[in-house]
Amino acid sequence: MKELVIISGKGGTGKTSLTAAFAALAEKHVLCDADVDAADLHLLLKPNIKERTEFIGGNKAIIKQDVCNQCRTCIDLCRFDAISEEFEVDLLDCEGCGVCVALCPQKAIDFPQQKCGEWFISETRFGPMVHARLGIAEENSGKLVSIIRKQAKELGEQQHHNLMITDGPPGIGCPVIASITGATAVLIVVEPTLSGLHDMERVADLARHFTIPALVCINKYDLNPEIAVSIEQEARHRNLQIVGSIPFDSMFTRAMVAGKTLVEYEPTSQITEMIKDIWHTISISDAFNKKRAEYILPVLNN
Amino acid sequence: MIISIASGKGGTGKTTIATNLATSLDSRVTLLDCDVEEPNSHLFIKPQREQLEKAFAFVPEINDQLCTACGRCVEICQFNALTLISDNILVFPELCHSCEGCLAVCPEHAVEEGRRELGDIKSSRSGQLTFVQGCLRIGEAMSPPLIKRVRGTIKPGELVIIDAPPGTSCPAITSMKDSDFVLLVTEPTPFGLHDLILAHEAVKQLELPCALIINRSDIGDNSVWEYADSNGLPILLEIPFDRQIAEIYSRGHILVEEVPAWRQTFQSLFRTITSLVDSEKVVQ
Repeated sequence: MKELVIISGKGGTGKTSLTAAFAALAEKHVLCDADVDAADLHLLLKPNIKERTEFIGGNKAIIKQDVCNQCRTCIDLCRFDAISEEFEVDLLDCEGCGVCVALCPQKAIDFPQQKCGEWFISETRFGPMVHARLGIAEENSGKLVSIIRKQAKELGEQQHHNLMITDGPPGIGCPVIASITGATAVLIVVEPTLSGLHDMERVADLARHFTIPALVCINKYDLNPEIAVSIEQEARHRNLQIVGSIPFDSMFTRAMVAGKTLVEYEPTSQITEMIKDIWHTISISDAFNKKRAEYILPVLNN
Repeated sequence: MIISIASGKGGTGKTTIATNLATSLDSRVTLLDCDVEEPNSHLFIKPQREQLEKAFAFVPEINDQLCTACGRCVEICQFNALTLISDNILVFPELCHSCEGCLAVCPEHAVEEGRRELGDIKSSRSGQLTFVQGCLRIGEAMSPPLIKRVRGTIKPGELVIIDAPPGTSCPAITSMKDSDFVLLVTEPTPFGLHDLILAHEAVKQLELPCALIINRSDIGDNSVWEYADSNGLPILLEIPFDRQIAEIYSRGHILVEEVPAWRQTFQSLFRTITSLVDSEKVVQ
Protein backbone atom coordinates (compact mmCIF):
# COMPACT_ATOMS: atom_id res chain seq x y z
CA MET A 1 0.00 0.00 0.00
CA LYS A 2 1.26 3.46 -0.90
CA GLU A 3 0.88 6.28 1.58
CA LEU A 4 1.00 10.04 1.03
CA VAL A 5 1.31 12.15 4.18
CA ILE A 6 0.42 15.83 3.95
CA ILE A 7 2.56 17.97 6.26
CA SER A 8 3.70 21.59 6.42
CA GLY A 9 5.91 22.37 9.39
CA LYS A 10 3.96 25.58 9.91
CA GLY A 11 0.29 25.27 10.83
CA GLY A 12 -2.55 26.84 8.90
CA THR A 13 -1.11 26.50 5.40
CA GLY A 14 -4.03 24.43 4.07
CA LYS A 15 -3.03 20.82 4.81
CA THR A 16 -6.49 19.66 5.83
CA SER A 17 -8.38 21.45 3.02
CA LEU A 18 -6.06 19.83 0.48
CA THR A 19 -6.18 16.40 2.15
CA ALA A 20 -9.99 16.50 2.02
CA ALA A 21 -9.92 17.53 -1.65
CA PHE A 22 -7.55 14.64 -2.47
CA ALA A 23 -9.89 12.32 -0.56
CA ALA A 24 -12.68 13.38 -2.90
CA LEU A 25 -10.53 12.86 -6.00
CA ALA A 26 -8.66 9.64 -5.24
CA GLU A 27 -10.09 6.20 -5.77
CA LYS A 28 -9.85 3.05 -3.70
CA HIS A 29 -8.16 4.65 -0.73
CA VAL A 30 -8.25 4.79 3.04
CA LEU A 31 -7.96 8.06 4.99
CA CYS A 32 -6.08 8.74 8.19
CA ASP A 33 -6.10 11.91 10.29
CA ALA A 34 -2.76 11.85 12.09
CA ASP A 35 -3.18 15.36 13.55
CA VAL A 36 -4.53 13.77 16.72
CA ASP A 37 -3.86 16.86 18.79
CA ALA A 38 -6.14 19.20 16.80
CA ALA A 39 -7.88 16.95 14.29
CA ASP A 40 -10.03 18.84 11.79
CA LEU A 41 -10.45 16.51 8.80
CA HIS A 42 -13.66 15.07 10.30
CA LEU A 43 -15.29 18.51 10.07
CA LEU A 44 -15.22 18.18 6.27
CA LEU A 45 -15.59 14.43 5.85
CA LYS A 46 -18.21 13.91 8.59
CA PRO A 47 -17.23 10.32 9.33
CA ASN A 48 -19.80 7.86 10.54
CA ILE A 49 -18.06 6.15 13.45
CA LYS A 50 -18.29 2.34 13.28
CA GLU A 51 -15.87 1.37 16.02
CA ARG A 52 -14.26 3.24 18.91
CA THR A 53 -11.31 2.10 21.00
CA GLU A 54 -9.76 3.63 24.10
CA PHE A 55 -6.17 4.77 23.79
CA ILE A 56 -4.08 3.82 26.78
CA GLY A 57 -1.11 6.17 26.65
CA GLY A 58 1.01 5.40 29.67
CA ASN A 59 0.97 5.28 33.44
CA LYS A 60 0.96 8.01 36.06
CA ALA A 61 2.16 7.92 39.66
CA ILE A 62 -0.38 8.36 42.46
CA ILE A 63 0.81 8.51 46.07
CA LYS A 64 -1.31 6.62 48.60
CA GLN A 65 -1.42 9.20 51.35
CA ASP A 66 -2.33 6.61 54.03
CA VAL A 67 0.81 4.53 53.30
CA CYS A 68 3.27 7.37 52.58
CA ASN A 69 5.59 8.24 55.48
CA GLN A 70 6.93 11.34 53.76
CA CYS A 71 10.52 10.10 53.51
CA ARG A 72 11.07 12.32 50.42
CA THR A 73 12.73 9.57 48.34
CA CYS A 74 10.25 10.24 45.53
CA ILE A 75 10.81 14.01 45.58
CA ASP A 76 14.57 13.50 45.42
CA LEU A 77 14.34 10.99 42.57
CA CYS A 78 11.79 12.78 40.36
CA ARG A 79 13.58 14.52 37.49
CA PHE A 80 10.35 16.20 36.36
CA ASP A 81 9.60 18.13 39.58
CA ALA A 82 6.19 16.49 39.55
CA ILE A 83 5.89 15.82 43.31
CA SER A 84 4.92 18.64 45.64
CA GLU A 85 6.05 19.22 49.22
CA GLU A 86 2.62 17.88 50.20
CA PHE A 87 3.52 14.59 48.46
CA GLU A 88 1.02 15.00 45.71
CA VAL A 89 1.84 14.21 42.09
CA ASP A 90 1.05 16.86 39.48
CA LEU A 91 -0.28 14.64 36.69
CA LEU A 92 0.60 17.23 34.05
CA ASP A 93 4.25 17.10 35.08
CA CYS A 94 4.43 13.33 35.72
CA GLU A 95 6.33 11.71 32.84
CA GLY A 96 5.16 8.21 33.75
CA CYS A 97 8.72 6.97 34.25
CA GLY A 98 7.79 4.93 37.33
CA VAL A 99 11.07 5.60 39.11
CA CYS A 100 9.31 6.79 42.27
CA VAL A 101 6.95 3.78 42.08
CA ALA A 102 9.81 1.29 41.88
CA LEU A 103 12.00 2.91 44.52
CA CYS A 104 9.51 4.04 47.19
CA PRO A 105 10.64 2.23 50.36
CA GLN A 106 7.02 2.10 51.62
CA LYS A 107 5.59 0.87 48.29
CA ALA A 108 3.20 3.79 48.69
CA ILE A 109 2.87 4.74 45.03
CA ASP A 110 0.31 3.34 42.61
CA PHE A 111 0.95 3.45 38.86
CA PRO A 112 -2.39 3.18 37.06
CA GLN A 113 -2.65 3.20 33.28
CA GLN A 114 -4.12 6.35 31.81
CA LYS A 115 -6.77 6.62 29.20
CA CYS A 116 -5.31 9.37 27.01
CA GLY A 117 -7.86 9.46 24.23
CA GLU A 118 -9.87 7.45 21.80
CA TRP A 119 -9.50 6.32 18.20
CA PHE A 120 -12.14 5.53 15.64
CA ILE A 121 -12.73 3.42 12.55
CA SER A 122 -15.26 5.24 10.41
CA GLU A 123 -16.91 5.35 7.04
CA THR A 124 -17.04 8.55 5.00
CA ARG A 125 -18.58 9.41 1.63
CA PHE A 126 -15.08 8.93 0.21
CA GLY A 127 -14.27 5.62 1.85
CA PRO A 128 -12.99 4.35 5.18
CA MET A 129 -11.20 6.62 7.63
CA VAL A 130 -9.24 6.09 10.82
CA HIS A 131 -8.95 9.04 13.18
CA ALA A 132 -8.49 9.82 16.83
CA ARG A 133 -8.98 12.27 19.60
CA LEU A 134 -6.14 12.78 22.04
CA GLY A 135 -7.37 13.91 25.45
CA ILE A 136 -6.76 17.54 26.39
CA ALA A 137 -3.31 18.08 27.87
CA GLU A 138 -2.35 14.46 27.19
CA GLU A 139 0.91 13.09 25.94
CA ASN A 140 2.03 10.15 23.84
CA SER A 141 0.59 11.62 20.67
CA GLY A 142 3.32 9.82 18.70
CA LYS A 143 2.14 6.46 20.00
CA LEU A 144 -1.47 7.26 19.08
CA VAL A 145 -0.39 8.35 15.59
CA SER A 146 1.48 5.07 15.11
CA ILE A 147 -1.60 3.09 16.19
CA ILE A 148 -4.01 4.81 13.83
CA ARG A 149 -1.64 4.65 10.84
CA LYS A 150 -1.23 0.92 11.44
CA GLN A 151 -5.00 0.48 11.77
CA ALA A 152 -5.66 2.48 8.62
CA LYS A 153 -3.15 0.39 6.71
CA GLU A 154 -4.75 -2.87 7.89
CA LEU A 155 -8.22 -1.59 7.10
CA GLY A 156 -7.15 -0.52 3.62
CA GLU A 157 -5.54 -3.90 2.94
CA GLN A 158 -8.66 -5.75 4.09
CA GLN A 159 -10.71 -3.74 1.63
CA HIS A 160 -8.14 -4.21 -1.16
CA HIS A 161 -7.33 -0.51 -1.36
CA ASN A 162 -3.88 0.43 -2.53
CA LEU A 163 -3.61 4.02 -1.32
CA MET A 164 -3.62 5.74 2.03
CA ILE A 165 -3.92 9.52 2.39
CA THR A 166 -2.81 10.86 5.76
CA ASP A 167 -3.38 14.36 7.13
CA GLY A 168 -0.29 15.09 9.21
CA PRO A 169 0.27 17.39 12.20
CA PRO A 170 2.26 20.66 12.18
CA GLY A 171 5.79 20.84 13.58
CA ILE A 172 8.76 18.47 13.35
CA GLY A 173 8.52 16.66 16.71
CA CYS A 174 7.25 13.30 17.85
CA PRO A 175 3.77 13.26 16.23
CA VAL A 176 5.26 14.33 12.89
CA ILE A 177 8.02 11.74 13.08
CA ALA A 178 5.40 9.10 13.92
CA SER A 179 3.31 10.30 10.94
CA ILE A 180 5.98 10.13 8.25
CA THR A 181 8.23 7.17 9.10
CA GLY A 182 7.59 4.42 6.57
CA ALA A 183 5.40 6.60 4.31
CA THR A 184 5.85 6.41 0.53
CA ALA A 185 6.15 10.19 0.26
CA VAL A 186 5.22 13.41 2.00
CA LEU A 187 3.61 16.45 0.44
CA ILE A 188 4.78 19.69 2.07
CA VAL A 189 2.15 22.43 1.82
CA VAL A 190 3.86 25.79 2.15
CA GLU A 191 2.64 29.39 2.13
CA PRO A 192 4.78 32.19 0.67
CA THR A 193 5.85 33.86 3.90
CA LEU A 194 9.28 33.91 5.52
CA SER A 195 7.81 31.71 8.26
CA GLY A 196 6.40 29.30 5.70
CA LEU A 197 9.73 29.06 3.87
CA HIS A 198 11.69 28.61 7.10
CA ASP A 199 9.32 25.90 8.35
CA MET A 200 9.35 24.12 4.99
CA GLU A 201 13.14 23.92 5.16
CA ARG A 202 13.00 22.34 8.62
CA VAL A 203 10.32 19.82 7.73
CA ALA A 204 12.13 18.98 4.45
CA ASP A 205 15.27 18.42 6.55
CA LEU A 206 13.23 16.08 8.75
CA ALA A 207 11.94 14.11 5.74
CA ARG A 208 15.49 13.81 4.46
CA HIS A 209 16.68 12.72 7.92
CA PHE A 210 14.23 9.81 7.73
CA THR A 211 14.87 9.34 3.97
CA ILE A 212 11.24 9.97 2.97
CA PRO A 213 10.72 11.41 -0.55
CA ALA A 214 9.10 14.85 -0.43
CA LEU A 215 6.98 16.94 -2.80
CA VAL A 216 6.07 20.61 -2.42
CA CYS A 217 2.83 22.48 -3.07
CA ILE A 218 2.67 26.28 -2.67
CA ASN A 219 -0.65 27.54 -1.35
CA LYS A 220 -1.77 31.22 -1.52
CA TYR A 221 1.28 31.84 -3.76
CA ASP A 222 0.07 35.29 -4.85
CA LEU A 223 0.16 36.69 -1.29
CA ASN A 224 3.86 37.19 -1.87
CA PRO A 225 5.04 36.09 -5.34
CA GLU A 226 8.68 36.95 -4.54
CA ILE A 227 8.79 34.54 -1.61
CA ALA A 228 6.93 31.99 -3.74
CA VAL A 229 9.91 32.21 -6.12
CA SER A 230 12.33 31.74 -3.20
CA ILE A 231 10.36 28.63 -2.21
CA GLU A 232 10.63 27.28 -5.74
CA GLN A 233 14.38 27.92 -5.74
CA GLU A 234 14.79 26.24 -2.36
CA ALA A 235 12.76 23.23 -3.53
CA ARG A 236 14.80 22.95 -6.74
CA HIS A 237 18.01 23.23 -4.76
CA ARG A 238 16.83 20.29 -2.66
CA ASN A 239 15.68 18.31 -5.73
CA LEU A 240 12.08 18.40 -4.52
CA GLN A 241 9.40 18.48 -7.19
CA ILE A 242 6.84 21.29 -6.99
CA VAL A 243 3.49 19.72 -7.80
CA GLY A 244 1.60 22.99 -8.10
CA SER A 245 0.90 26.53 -6.90
CA ILE A 246 -2.56 27.62 -5.78
CA PRO A 247 -3.59 31.30 -5.52
CA PHE A 248 -5.20 32.75 -2.42
CA ASP A 249 -8.93 32.17 -2.69
CA SER A 250 -11.74 32.73 -0.19
CA MET A 251 -13.24 29.50 -1.53
CA PHE A 252 -11.06 27.61 0.97
CA THR A 253 -12.93 29.26 3.86
CA ARG A 254 -16.33 29.14 2.18
CA ALA A 255 -16.04 25.42 1.48
CA MET A 256 -14.96 24.86 5.09
CA VAL A 257 -17.97 26.80 6.42
CA ALA A 258 -20.19 24.71 4.14
CA GLY A 259 -18.55 21.54 5.52
CA LYS A 260 -17.53 20.45 2.05
CA THR A 261 -14.31 19.64 0.27
CA LEU A 262 -13.09 22.19 -2.29
CA VAL A 263 -13.91 19.93 -5.23
CA GLU A 264 -17.48 19.35 -4.00
CA TYR A 265 -18.10 22.99 -3.14
CA GLU A 266 -17.34 24.37 -6.60
CA PRO A 267 -16.75 21.40 -8.91
CA THR A 268 -16.10 23.54 -11.98
CA SER A 269 -13.98 26.31 -10.43
CA GLN A 270 -10.42 27.08 -11.44
CA ILE A 271 -9.20 26.05 -7.97
CA THR A 272 -10.82 22.64 -8.37
CA GLU A 273 -9.15 22.21 -11.76
CA MET A 274 -5.80 23.13 -10.23
CA ILE A 275 -6.24 20.66 -7.39
CA LYS A 276 -7.14 17.92 -9.89
CA ASP A 277 -3.90 18.69 -11.78
CA ILE A 278 -1.94 18.64 -8.54
CA TRP A 279 -3.42 15.29 -7.55
CA HIS A 280 -2.60 13.87 -10.98
CA THR A 281 0.97 15.23 -10.77
CA ILE A 282 1.45 13.66 -7.35
CA SER A 283 0.10 10.31 -8.47
CA ILE A 284 2.56 10.09 -11.38
CA SER A 285 5.51 11.75 -9.57
CA ASP A 286 8.83 9.98 -9.15
CA ALA A 287 8.65 10.54 -5.40
CA PHE A 288 5.43 8.56 -5.23
CA ASN A 289 6.29 5.90 -7.80
CA LYS A 290 10.00 5.14 -7.96
CA LYS A 291 11.48 2.84 -5.40
CA ARG A 292 12.45 4.86 -2.37
CA ALA A 293 16.18 4.13 -2.61
CA GLU A 294 16.27 5.07 -6.27
CA TYR A 295 14.48 8.34 -5.61
CA ILE A 296 16.06 9.43 -2.37
CA LEU A 297 19.74 8.96 -3.28
CA PRO A 298 20.01 12.03 -5.56
CA VAL A 299 18.16 14.06 -2.93
CA LEU A 300 20.55 12.94 -0.21
CA ASN A 301 23.58 13.64 -2.36
CA ASN A 302 22.41 17.15 -3.04
CA MET B 1 3.99 38.61 34.75
CA ILE B 2 3.98 35.86 32.13
CA ILE B 3 1.60 36.15 29.16
CA SER B 4 1.33 33.12 26.85
CA ILE B 5 0.05 33.40 23.30
CA ALA B 6 -1.55 30.10 22.34
CA SER B 7 -3.98 28.48 19.92
CA GLY B 8 -5.23 25.02 19.11
CA LYS B 9 -4.93 25.49 15.38
CA GLY B 10 -1.66 26.49 13.77
CA GLY B 11 -1.28 29.51 11.54
CA THR B 12 -3.84 31.67 13.33
CA GLY B 13 -1.42 34.48 14.18
CA LYS B 14 0.30 33.60 17.47
CA THR B 15 3.69 34.84 16.30
CA THR B 16 2.16 38.04 14.90
CA ILE B 17 0.54 38.80 18.26
CA ALA B 18 3.60 37.83 20.32
CA THR B 19 6.12 39.85 18.30
CA ASN B 20 3.88 42.90 17.94
CA LEU B 21 2.97 42.91 21.61
CA ALA B 22 6.62 42.56 22.64
CA THR B 23 7.85 45.34 20.35
CA SER B 24 5.05 47.81 21.08
CA LEU B 25 5.82 48.16 24.79
CA ASP B 26 7.93 50.93 26.27
CA SER B 27 9.03 48.81 29.20
CA ARG B 28 11.53 46.00 29.56
CA VAL B 29 10.13 42.76 28.22
CA THR B 30 11.34 39.25 27.43
CA LEU B 31 9.96 37.39 24.43
CA LEU B 32 10.34 33.59 24.54
CA ASP B 33 9.77 31.54 21.42
CA CYS B 34 8.63 28.20 22.84
CA ASP B 35 7.46 26.88 19.46
CA VAL B 36 10.78 25.06 19.33
CA GLU B 37 9.74 22.74 16.48
CA GLU B 38 9.08 25.63 14.12
CA PRO B 39 10.32 28.82 15.77
CA ASN B 40 9.39 31.89 13.71
CA SER B 41 9.59 34.89 16.04
CA HIS B 42 13.25 35.43 15.14
CA LEU B 43 12.24 36.13 11.52
CA PHE B 44 10.47 39.27 12.81
CA ILE B 45 12.74 40.23 15.72
CA LYS B 46 15.90 39.72 13.60
CA PRO B 47 18.15 39.29 16.63
CA GLN B 48 21.76 40.48 16.48
CA ARG B 49 24.72 38.92 18.29
CA GLU B 50 22.81 35.93 19.60
CA GLN B 51 24.41 33.89 22.33
CA LEU B 52 24.06 30.24 21.48
CA GLU B 53 23.88 27.52 24.04
CA LYS B 54 23.42 23.84 23.18
CA ALA B 55 20.85 22.04 25.32
CA PHE B 56 21.29 18.39 26.20
CA ALA B 57 19.30 15.73 27.99
CA PHE B 58 20.64 12.90 30.10
CA VAL B 59 20.91 9.51 28.42
CA PRO B 60 22.60 6.47 29.96
CA GLU B 61 25.98 5.22 28.87
CA ILE B 62 26.91 1.74 30.02
CA ASN B 63 30.40 1.10 31.36
CA ASP B 64 30.99 -2.43 30.08
CA GLN B 65 33.83 -2.98 32.53
CA LEU B 66 31.45 -2.59 35.47
CA CYS B 67 28.19 -3.91 34.00
CA THR B 68 27.19 -7.41 35.13
CA ALA B 69 24.13 -7.48 32.85
CA CYS B 70 21.82 -7.90 35.84
CA GLY B 71 19.04 -6.17 33.88
CA ARG B 72 17.82 -3.86 36.68
CA CYS B 73 18.13 -0.85 34.37
CA VAL B 74 16.07 -2.59 31.65
CA GLU B 75 13.40 -3.42 34.22
CA ILE B 76 12.92 0.12 35.50
CA CYS B 77 12.91 1.79 32.07
CA GLN B 78 9.30 2.44 30.99
CA PHE B 79 10.38 3.66 27.57
CA ASN B 80 12.29 0.63 26.23
CA ALA B 81 15.43 2.73 25.95
CA LEU B 82 17.52 -0.12 27.35
CA THR B 83 17.51 -3.75 26.39
CA LEU B 84 19.48 -6.83 27.37
CA ILE B 85 20.89 -8.82 24.46
CA SER B 86 23.19 -11.76 25.15
CA ASP B 87 24.72 -10.33 28.33
CA ASN B 88 25.06 -6.83 26.92
CA ILE B 89 22.99 -3.78 27.72
CA LEU B 90 22.06 -1.92 24.56
CA VAL B 91 20.96 1.73 24.79
CA PHE B 92 18.53 3.45 22.40
CA PRO B 93 19.24 7.06 23.33
CA GLU B 94 16.44 8.55 21.22
CA LEU B 95 13.83 6.66 23.29
CA CYS B 96 15.21 7.89 26.62
CA HIS B 97 13.06 10.31 28.66
CA SER B 98 15.96 11.23 30.99
CA CYS B 99 14.27 10.00 34.18
CA GLU B 100 17.64 8.66 35.40
CA GLY B 101 15.94 5.56 36.82
CA CYS B 102 18.70 3.36 35.36
CA LEU B 103 21.30 5.53 37.05
CA ALA B 104 19.47 5.18 40.38
CA VAL B 105 19.03 1.40 40.33
CA CYS B 106 22.31 0.12 38.91
CA PRO B 107 24.02 -1.71 41.79
CA GLU B 108 27.41 -1.66 40.04
CA HIS B 109 27.48 2.07 39.18
CA ALA B 110 27.88 0.96 35.59
CA VAL B 111 25.40 3.53 34.25
CA GLU B 112 27.20 6.74 33.46
CA GLU B 113 25.91 10.12 32.37
CA GLY B 114 25.81 10.49 28.62
CA ARG B 115 23.85 13.12 26.77
CA ARG B 116 21.64 13.62 23.76
CA GLU B 117 21.48 16.98 22.05
CA LEU B 118 18.01 18.53 22.21
CA GLY B 119 18.74 21.64 20.20
CA ASP B 120 19.83 25.25 20.61
CA ILE B 121 18.84 28.02 22.96
CA LYS B 122 19.66 31.43 21.53
CA SER B 123 19.46 34.64 23.54
CA SER B 124 19.90 38.23 22.50
CA ARG B 125 19.10 41.73 23.69
CA SER B 126 18.18 44.86 21.85
CA GLY B 127 17.10 47.95 23.77
CA GLN B 128 14.30 46.98 26.13
CA LEU B 129 13.73 43.60 24.50
CA THR B 130 15.34 40.35 25.57
CA PHE B 131 14.66 37.55 23.11
CA VAL B 132 15.16 33.85 23.83
CA GLN B 133 14.31 31.10 21.37
CA GLY B 134 14.59 27.35 21.39
CA CYS B 135 15.31 25.49 18.18
CA LEU B 136 14.76 21.72 18.26
CA ARG B 137 17.40 19.56 16.60
CA ILE B 138 16.12 17.95 13.39
CA GLY B 139 15.24 14.36 14.22
CA GLU B 140 14.73 15.01 17.95
CA ALA B 141 11.24 13.80 18.85
CA MET B 142 10.75 15.35 22.28
CA SER B 143 10.19 19.07 22.41
CA PRO B 144 9.03 19.56 26.06
CA PRO B 145 12.53 19.17 27.59
CA LEU B 146 13.85 21.97 25.35
CA ILE B 147 10.75 24.11 26.04
CA LYS B 148 11.44 23.69 29.77
CA ARG B 149 15.01 24.94 29.25
CA VAL B 150 13.77 27.98 27.35
CA ARG B 151 11.28 28.68 30.14
CA GLY B 152 14.07 28.12 32.66
CA THR B 153 15.71 31.36 31.49
CA ILE B 154 12.84 33.41 32.98
CA LYS B 155 13.96 35.55 35.91
CA PRO B 156 11.53 36.25 38.78
CA GLY B 157 9.43 39.38 38.34
CA GLU B 158 10.18 39.75 34.63
CA LEU B 159 7.53 40.68 32.11
CA VAL B 160 7.50 37.71 29.74
CA ILE B 161 5.61 37.06 26.52
CA ILE B 162 5.58 33.44 25.35
CA ASP B 163 4.99 32.42 21.73
CA ALA B 164 3.60 28.90 22.33
CA PRO B 165 3.37 25.99 19.88
CA PRO B 166 -0.03 25.02 18.43
CA GLY B 167 -2.10 22.16 19.81
CA THR B 168 -3.27 21.08 23.25
CA SER B 169 -0.80 18.32 24.11
CA CYS B 170 2.45 18.35 26.04
CA PRO B 171 4.41 20.97 24.05
CA ALA B 172 1.60 23.53 24.30
CA ILE B 173 0.91 22.69 27.96
CA THR B 174 4.60 22.87 28.91
CA SER B 175 4.83 26.31 27.29
CA MET B 176 1.69 27.76 28.91
CA LYS B 177 1.95 26.24 32.38
CA ASP B 178 2.33 28.74 35.24
CA SER B 179 1.51 31.71 33.04
CA ASP B 180 -0.42 34.60 34.56
CA PHE B 181 -2.53 35.02 31.46
CA VAL B 182 -3.19 33.20 28.20
CA LEU B 183 -4.19 34.95 25.00
CA LEU B 184 -5.89 32.51 22.67
CA VAL B 185 -5.68 33.40 19.00
CA THR B 186 -8.14 31.99 16.52
CA GLU B 187 -9.72 32.62 13.16
CA PRO B 188 -13.52 32.52 12.80
CA THR B 189 -13.76 29.34 10.71
CA PRO B 190 -15.01 25.84 11.57
CA PHE B 191 -11.41 24.61 12.02
CA GLY B 192 -10.58 27.70 14.07
CA LEU B 193 -13.59 27.20 16.35
CA HIS B 194 -13.04 23.47 16.79
CA ASP B 195 -9.41 23.93 17.81
CA LEU B 196 -10.22 27.00 19.94
CA ILE B 197 -12.61 24.90 22.02
CA LEU B 198 -9.83 22.34 22.62
CA ALA B 199 -7.32 25.06 23.54
CA HIS B 200 -9.84 26.74 25.84
CA GLU B 201 -10.44 23.39 27.57
CA ALA B 202 -6.68 23.02 28.09
CA VAL B 203 -6.40 26.51 29.58
CA LYS B 204 -9.34 25.78 31.89
CA GLN B 205 -7.59 22.60 33.06
CA LEU B 206 -4.52 24.67 33.88
CA GLU B 207 -6.83 27.12 35.72
CA LEU B 208 -5.36 30.12 33.95
CA PRO B 209 -7.21 33.35 33.14
CA CYS B 210 -7.56 33.83 29.40
CA ALA B 211 -9.06 35.95 26.65
CA LEU B 212 -9.47 35.74 22.90
CA ILE B 213 -8.06 37.47 19.86
CA ILE B 214 -9.90 36.89 16.60
CA ASN B 215 -7.62 37.18 13.61
CA ARG B 216 -8.90 37.55 10.03
CA SER B 217 -12.14 38.48 11.76
CA ASP B 218 -14.05 39.18 8.54
CA ILE B 219 -13.74 35.69 7.05
CA GLY B 220 -15.74 32.57 7.92
CA ASP B 221 -18.85 32.64 10.10
CA ASN B 222 -20.18 33.85 13.48
CA SER B 223 -19.69 30.69 15.49
CA VAL B 224 -16.51 31.86 17.26
CA TRP B 225 -18.31 34.96 18.63
CA GLU B 226 -21.22 32.78 19.74
CA TYR B 227 -18.83 30.42 21.51
CA ALA B 228 -16.97 33.30 23.21
CA ASP B 229 -20.25 34.85 24.29
CA SER B 230 -21.78 31.72 25.76
CA ASN B 231 -18.55 30.69 27.48
CA GLY B 232 -17.65 34.04 29.03
CA LEU B 233 -14.48 34.35 27.00
CA PRO B 234 -13.66 38.05 26.59
CA ILE B 235 -12.61 39.16 23.09
CA LEU B 236 -9.76 41.67 23.43
CA LEU B 237 -8.94 42.30 19.80
CA GLU B 238 -10.26 41.63 16.32
CA ILE B 239 -7.94 41.94 13.35
CA PRO B 240 -9.62 41.94 9.93
CA PHE B 241 -8.10 40.13 6.98
CA ASP B 242 -6.13 42.69 5.08
CA ARG B 243 -3.75 42.00 2.22
CA GLN B 244 -1.42 44.72 3.55
CA ILE B 245 -1.18 42.98 6.95
CA ALA B 246 -0.64 39.61 5.24
CA GLU B 247 2.08 41.18 3.07
CA ILE B 248 3.85 42.78 6.06
CA TYR B 249 3.77 39.43 7.83
CA SER B 250 4.96 37.51 4.79
CA ARG B 251 8.09 39.70 4.51
CA GLY B 252 8.94 39.20 8.19
CA HIS B 253 8.11 42.77 9.14
CA ILE B 254 6.37 43.94 12.27
CA LEU B 255 2.98 45.55 11.96
CA VAL B 256 3.45 48.12 14.75
CA GLU B 257 6.61 49.34 13.04
CA GLU B 258 5.05 49.59 9.56
CA VAL B 259 1.65 50.97 10.56
CA PRO B 260 2.12 53.08 13.75
CA ALA B 261 -1.61 53.11 14.60
CA TRP B 262 -1.27 49.45 15.52
CA ARG B 263 1.25 50.31 18.23
CA GLN B 264 -1.47 52.02 20.24
CA THR B 265 -3.78 49.05 19.69
CA PHE B 266 -1.19 46.64 21.09
CA GLN B 267 -0.31 48.99 23.97
CA SER B 268 -3.96 49.18 24.91
CA LEU B 269 -4.23 45.37 24.58
CA PHE B 270 -1.38 45.11 27.08
CA ARG B 271 -3.08 47.52 29.51
CA THR B 272 -6.27 45.45 29.31
CA ILE B 273 -4.36 42.25 30.05
CA THR B 274 -2.60 43.90 33.00
CA SER B 275 -5.88 45.03 34.51
CA LEU B 276 -7.43 41.57 33.96
CA VAL B 277 -4.46 39.93 35.70
CA ASP B 278 -4.68 42.44 38.57
CA SER B 279 -8.41 41.88 39.03
CA GLU B 280 -7.76 38.12 38.99
CA LYS B 281 -5.33 38.62 41.88
CA VAL B 282 -7.99 40.55 43.79
CA VAL B 283 -10.47 37.70 43.29
CA GLN B 284 -7.96 35.20 44.60
